[in-house]
Amino acid sequence: MAKKASSPNLSRRDFSKIVMAFLGSIMGAFVGLPIIGYIISPALKTQKIDDWVSLGALDGYPIGTPKLFSFTRTKVNGWERTTNSFGVFVLRKSASDLVVLSNVCTHLSCRVKWIEENQAYVCPCHDAEFGIEGKVLYGPPPRPMDEYEFKIEDGNILIHLTEG
Amino acid sequence: MAEKIYNWLDERLGLEAIYGTVLDRKVPKVNWWFTLGSASLFLAGMQAVTGIFLTMYYVPSPDKAYDSIQYIMNDVAFGWLIRGIHHWGASLMVVIVFLHMLRTFFYGAYKYPREITWLTGTFLLLFTLGMGFTGYLLPWNQRSFWATMVGTEIAGTVPLMGDFILKVLRGGTDLSAVTLARFFSAHIWILPAGIVSMISVHMYLIIRLGISNIPSEEE
Repeated sequence: MAKKASSPNLSRRDFSKIVMAFLGSIMGAFVGLPIIGYIISPALKTQKIDDWVSLGALDGYPIGTPKLFSFTRTKVNGWERTTNSFGVFVLRKSASDLVVLSNVCTHLSCRVKWIEENQAYVCPCHDAEFGIEGKVLYGPPPRPMDEYEFKIEDGNILIHLTEG
Repeated sequence: MAEKIYNWLDERLGLEAIYGTVLDRKVPKVNWWFTLGSASLFLAGMQAVTGIFLTMYYVPSPDKAYDSIQYIMNDVAFGWLIRGIHHWGASLMVVIVFLHMLRTFFYGAYKYPREITWLTGTFLLLFTLGMGFTGYLLPWNQRSFWATMVGTEIAGTVPLMGDFILKVLRGGTDLSAVTLARFFSAHIWILPAGIVSMISVHMYLIIRLGISNIPSEEE
């Protein structure tokens, strides 16, 4: 089949090629472009926790003694649900002056316990001790206990939970 | 410049020869029924592409399979489209492959010298049905579970070795996590490997022998 180079009109064969290329590109784009979104979409979701968690009525906490409050938060990654438990010590120094501390030891993330006789938070893992306001008294922790930002609304304590 | 690059590549790869052999073949005057083979190939390609991308999020485990598909459908961008194409393409492919077989049969295109094309085609039809059967279980919903229960029990009615076949299909007496895992393996590795090899032979023979004429009264 010799090409009719002299013909000023588009040959049937060239027309077919152009139509095929055109339709092929549309179909390719129809599947190809969504696939890009399909691959990258989980990367575009923000999964940071930024939440105000209620710890209940301020009056429920005694003055002068830390009281533990525990709660859980569930994180969803695709089809996986992970429930993390949080524990905070609320120390009411006076009527409305609070310190809210995470019960996670700053050394290796064990959970500390308030021991009334020692007047200290004691970590069971390496015998670390923290003072009533979270200062390191003894042991390997590199920094004081982590503090939560808080606010009081309608007589309830709310703490600011960030991080994942 | 583009022509120079093309010529350089053509000299080494023989692009013109490939094009001439594969696409620029002489064909008899035929009708639209002769497009069903190309349609089957196109659908197989679509199933392969969408299937590959579905495995990015799908998990073949009883406690996660259903949830992972919910995630694909509701949370992943265009997940509904990729799965939708795979879902509907599967049904369409069975129909098109079957019609392709009917056309070959009624036009007598399976005769000498095309017997092996026909033979590989029968395997391709069976593999396509196998893909449908194994893929149906993967969503792990009530319908797929019970369909597979019934399907494997039908296989179990084979005389003498039926019970053995049923156990091999299920990977044990029960339809379980083992069944889901082996159906997944068959669906993404074993059957596709069979399909790719059969398509290769099928296509080689079409290029080698050309396509058949429509039978006429004089013959």
